[in-house]
Amino acid sequence: MPEVTYREAVRDALGKAMRENDDVFLMGEDIAEMGGSMGVTQGLLEEFGPERVRNTPISEMAIVGAGIGAAMAGMRPVVEIMYEDFLTLSLEQIVNQAAKHRYMSGGQVTVPLTIRTQGGAGWSPGAQHAQQLEAWLVHIPGLKVAYPSTPQDVRGILWTAIHDPNPVIVFEHRLLYPVKGEMTEELEPVELGKARVVREGTDVTVIAIGPLVHRALEAAEQAEADGISVEIVDPRTLQPLDEDSLVASVKKTNRVVVAHEAVTRMGFGAEVAAVLQYKAFDYLDAPIERVGAKFAPLAFAPVMEQYVVPNTDDVLAAIKRTVGK
Amino acid sequence: MAKVEKKSTPTEESLRDFLRDMLLIRRFEEKVEERFRAGELPGFLHVAIGQEAIAVGVSHAMEDDDIFASTHRAHGHTLARGTHPNNVMAELYGKIEGCSHGYGGSMHLYDVSHGNYGANAVIGGGLPAVTGAGLAFKLRDEPRVAVAFFGDGATNIGTFHESLNLAQLWKTKTVFVCENNHWAESTPGWQHSPVWDDMSKRALAYDMRSIKVDGQDVEAVYEAAQEALEHARSGEGPVFIDAVTYRMHGHYIGDPQVYRTKEDREEAAAHEPIGRLRERIGLSDDEFDEFDRVAHATVDDALAFAQAGTDPKPEDALKNVYA
Repeated sequence: MPEVTYREAVRDALGKAMRENDDVFLMGEDIAEMGGSMGVTQGLLEEFGPERVRNTPISEMAIVGAGIGAAMAGMRPVVEIMYEDFLTLSLEQIVNQAAKHRYMSGGQVTVPLTIRTQGGAGWSPGAQHAQQLEAWLVHIPGLKVAYPSTPQDVRGILWTAIHDPNPVIVFEHRLLYPVKGEMTEELEPVELGKARVVREGTDVTVIAIGPLVHRALEAAEQAEADGISVEIVDPRTLQPLDEDSLVASVKKTNRVVVAHEAVTRMGFGAEVAAVLQYKAFDYLDAPIERVGAKFAPLAFAPVMEQYVVPNTDDVLAAIKRTVGK
Repeated sequence: MAKVEKKSTPTEESLRDFLRDMLLIRRFEEKVEERFRAGELPGFLHVAIGQEAIAVGVSHAMEDDDIFASTHRAHGHTLARGTHPNNVMAELYGKIEGCSHGYGGSMHLYDVSHGNYGANAVIGGGLPAVTGAGLAFKLRDEPRVAVAFFGDGATNIGTFHESLNLAQLWKTKTVFVCENNHWAESTPGWQHSPVWDDMSKRALAYDMRSIKVDGQDVEAVYEAAQEALEHARSGEGPVFIDAVTYRMHGHYIGDPQVYRTKEDREEAAAHEPIGRLRERIGLSDDEFDEFDRVAHATVDDALAFAQAGTDPKPEDALKNVYA
């Protein structure tokens, strides 16, 4: 299988969806000539033209809201919010509008809108350009939320999101864009709500999302040297959540670490822990460990940022705690 | 609701249809007030008594395939566009037969079959979507227009400015109808906007075409809406209508209006639009009484329909939940 970057995989999904269906179009800040602040949409303006690759003003409410209206009127818009920190500006439209129209109308309208955004620490952007806010949106009935970690997954999930009749928010991670991974020649859609076992093991399950999948893989290699067999499961979509796959893994290993880059408190891992203590209580041999950022805004100075954000060593330490090492 | 043949100046018969519709909305909302005060209606209700001419004038100027987004004060727009009063009343009673099947309520009336893509309880919440729908019509080269109704209070929220800017920038097929009643809930226009007495200045800032119209004159509203819709439909760009109107009642049913002087309420009453239209047409007392009798009868039927409606099952609350 050829290796491509995560960035190329996103672009591939967008291009294929636009070639397949004229109703698919893109809106976002600086996505046209510049190709997006992360370079994801480079080349799409040239292929599809300015009607379908639309630079917007800096207007997050209008970007998402116009996407909602276009979607209700039959289009399949894919909007980009440059940084998920700026998602906060469009939350009214996401939470009160996109998530609610189908419900409040008693099923009369649907909102087939895809919102792409990205964030993530590790490059000293400071406190307003690297937050991880996925948990906010998982809390809202009416939104589907995905956080793919590999090129193969992001392409397949984005494809499914664009074809879903409902609003889907796809979180991407800045540090993953240049990361290469194997990707099939043919696009393989990924069903929303299906986890993926990234690595098989027998002693501990690490349930990780986004960049923590990669850090967990490194930690698992190191744990292996200590004789600990680690299984890694990537839920890939947070809403809907593949609870069965998570429970199945825990029943096998009896120990769990939940890992994400967002702050631990009220993070996605809290929900996973709650699900597992209820559905797999009798199978747990150790407290569920949670790995996430320390409860602080992101500092600028690299040493402080690194201190706050969870790394491979944090995952490894959590793995060891679950087995009493 | 009666269908009116499109002409830039309404015929005498059209004006009679306008009057029938305005009367129906008035009697409907009076009944809603009565049943709410009687404790029969749940929730939070807002009537547009005094503002009927805008809903009726704009709605009659719209084509069948045009769509609109409404506000918390949505009964008039919904009725004027042709949703059956039975289904509107049933929605207020939370019944399955309601136009949103009991999921929406007074502030979230929907009826896609009549172009109603949702009444919004967040001020300015629907403006970006109407911009986006107008963009979709443009991209697909469809001869349709998306209309937004909103009040003067909404001109201060970010969605308003982002939407007007984007709509004009992209020349979307959108018409923005500001129902300028000079009140943002209890806050008067002069306290909430530096351009409260001429909202068209807001459009000017975005280089958007605007029309200022007497919102109590249904004929003038109809003509302004025709012009605006035609402009938007042709792809030349969106239009902003500043329709000056008067809210004769409180912000919500039960609002004691302690913030409002007797003189202000009297002024609003003096601008009552139905009597004005009646005078314009020169309707005899007998003719008017017959119009009124029909309106009352339609509302009574709607009430009986709603009261006899079907309650959703509690667990229906989990339907239409996909995530």
